[in-house]
Amino acid sequence: MTGNGQSHAIVKGFTFSAVFWLIVGLLVGLWLAAEMFYPALNIAPWLSFGRLRVVHTNGLVYGFALAGIFACSYYMLEKLTRTPLVFPRLAKAHLYLFNAAILLAALSLFAGLNTSREYSELEWPFDVVVVVVWVMFSINVLATLVKRREKEMYVSLWFLIAMVVTVAVVYILNNLAVPVSLFKSYSAYAGVNDANVQWWFGHNAVGSVLTFPILAMFYYFLPKSTGVPIYSHRLSIIAFWSVVFGYLWTGAHHLMFTPVPEWIQTVALAFSIFLIAPSWGSVINGYYTMNGNWEQVKNNYLTKFFLLGITFYGLQTIQGPTQALRSLTGLFHYTEWVVGHVHMGTMGWVTMIISASMYYMVVKLSGREIHSEKLAGVHFWLILVGQLMFTVTLWIAGIAQGAMWKATNADGSLAYTFLDSVAAMYPYWQIRFAGGVLYFLGILVFAYNLAMTARPKTAAV
Amino acid sequence: MSIYEKPVLFAVAAAAVISVGTLVTTFIPLFMPSTQPVSPAIRPYNAVELEGRDIYIREGCNNCHTQTVRPLRTEVARYGEYSKPEEFAYDRPFLWGSRRTGPDLARVGGKYPDSWHYQHTADPQGMFEKSNMPPYAWLAGRRMDTSLTARKAAVLGYGYGADEVGRQVDAFRATVTAPGYPSAQARSRVTLESLRTEITEMDALVAYLQKMGRDLKEFRNKGMAMVQTAEAAEARNPYAGSEKAEEEGEAVFKANCRSCHGEKGKGGFGPSLEGKKWKYGGTDAALHATISGGRPGGMPAFEAQLGKDRIWKVITYLRTLGKR
Repeated sequence: MTGNGQSHAIVKGFTFSAVFWLIVGLLVGLWLAAEMFYPALNIAPWLSFGRLRVVHTNGLVYGFALAGIFACSYYMLEKLTRTPLVFPRLAKAHLYLFNAAILLAALSLFAGLNTSREYSELEWPFDVVVVVVWVMFSINVLATLVKRREKEMYVSLWFLIAMVVTVAVVYILNNLAVPVSLFKSYSAYAGVNDANVQWWFGHNAVGSVLTFPILAMFYYFLPKSTGVPIYSHRLSIIAFWSVVFGYLWTGAHHLMFTPVPEWIQTVALAFSIFLIAPSWGSVINGYYTMNGNWEQVKNNYLTKFFLLGITFYGLQTIQGPTQALRSLTGLFHYTEWVVGHVHMGTMGWVTMIISASMYYMVVKLSGREIHSEKLAGVHFWLILVGQLMFTVTLWIAGIAQGAMWKATNADGSLAYTFLDSVAAMYPYWQIRFAGGVLYFLGILVFAYNLAMTARPKTAAV
Repeated sequence: MSIYEKPVLFAVAAAAVISVGTLVTTFIPLFMPSTQPVSPAIRPYNAVELEGRDIYIREGCNNCHTQTVRPLRTEVARYGEYSKPEEFAYDRPFLWGSRRTGPDLARVGGKYPDSWHYQHTADPQGMFEKSNMPPYAWLAGRRMDTSLTARKAAVLGYGYGADEVGRQVDAFRATVTAPGYPSAQARSRVTLESLRTEITEMDALVAYLQKMGRDLKEFRNKGMAMVQTAEAAEARNPYAGSEKAEEEGEAVFKANCRSCHGEKGKGGFGPSLEGKKWKYGGTDAALHATISGGRPGGMPAFEAQLGKDRIWKVITYLRTLGKR
């Protein structure tokens, strides 16, 4: 067996850090969801919606998802290179610094220290720490790859390399700023350029954090947990290079009809449509892998997570480009529809794959069976139903809201005030909250099941 | 040897592949002046507006409010002229947002009087029952911090120094604390007593809100007189005396006019509508012109939002006020 006790502890450390930040991030999310229809919950400045939303998004993307990615990356890296981590003590320092940084970053956002730029709200001292954390991780990845004993790198490693490189480039370029004090800075870019750079980042943060490493997990843990090799190596090659090439062009589809130059919007739109092909390359690769093995969806408690996960990835990558089309973005953009879209990706695709990968790793690392397959099933159904209740409700709400904004009377005047469109949202917001509660319960079941599987053997009855 | 056996080469190749789209869509536009043009019509933020903008950022207002009006017909009707790139030349960071839980604010400057903003920001549900905006009354209990203002203006290159910051701050304080300040009553109602002679964070935020989109509006106003629909100027109310129109007019009044003119037009920030005195004329045509085109000092234009027909119905309702 490759790897050693040290790296096992690091993988477990990141795994349970991820679970911790997931629970914190979701609790914040539930509070926000309730504030939407019950504004009296804005009881203190640090609990007001404007500050709290940023804690939610950053906590889940950078606390939960990144910790999960670090856990799985270190694990896959050792297995796929058949080499122990080159610098285990660096990885340990990485674990501690990461958690300290997330904690302080969350506190700074509660305190209102933020740059306002979506998904990169942290003020400049935290940006510096993020870069240090990333360098620590990258050194281990590249050094272990160079020292590897397995000659050819498997597709999961390609996606890890793409993540390491892309995050470094987009994070640093997007966060260039001029400090005025320890906790206040101004972006290096102005107006239209700032918007264009920021959404180039925003979109590729989704690409390089919530897509590349999750695909790496999918390509590794699906065959591992099912015992079936990936259907087509050639399809993985085509899907990899075109997705990595195409992603960086599409940021401005978040800025349709804004003052960003029209040609940039159109190029972004064209590449968004193009990206459907490589995205579905991975989806089809996953489906064909299971050809002749579909009974595993029923018999193997992990398979359904991976297949539903990749299905939501497929739906996400169809919905995204579609809603960027000019005729549709005019209706959907700025409404709840987009919130529904984001949550299908994060609650459906990202969390499904990460939680199944964690079950697999923790079972392997603790050398025992999963605590309860039945509870894993309960976890699966709760997060599936919770997510669908959440997202489908918001899509309907978004269409209703967009239609109300656009509705006119016979004489061309507006049919509704803005407030009418707010008042119409209350029932949808309440149903969304209920979906979120179901989802959260599913995650609690997951956390319990995972902790019970990982508990020390001596404690076992 | 294939690239899949060489990790360093692979990383370099990946970097090259991602840099193509980056260069074309993001990097090159940075050096094209047409991406972010400048216009003499748009001025940088003054010292107080700048601090107000930073409070807007600190509180994450951009999470619920956008600041770009898209060139779509109904959007222009709701918010006003669509946003132009020139208007954002001094915006670091940009604050366009991505979600409208609340309305767009790009054209909010000058739309309402300061008093409206004081009351609304402090207690949104008090003004609109179904609003879900967090109340920000506590901003009026905090003094505006000016310790970094001069440094901020220097970093942003706004072209004024510490002396000018001091002058602007003093002038602003003098304006909002003067007894004759038109919104004095609303301001002192929300402001902490010990801070009434100072500038609060609420004052700064209101100053910023009032700056938004205002430069372009003023630039346009220089070339155009206030919109007076010639059609309306000669017209008489086709619904005069109709009870059905009166009911519809009352609903329109509640949704659009009540927040300023008060319940049944008894008065609020806006004047009472019960009496027989009309500041801009009480004929059907004059009232129609006032509502559709707006008046200086706080009356917004409602032509695009309501249309001619519903304005007549509101007038039908107005005629009944104070009589029952």
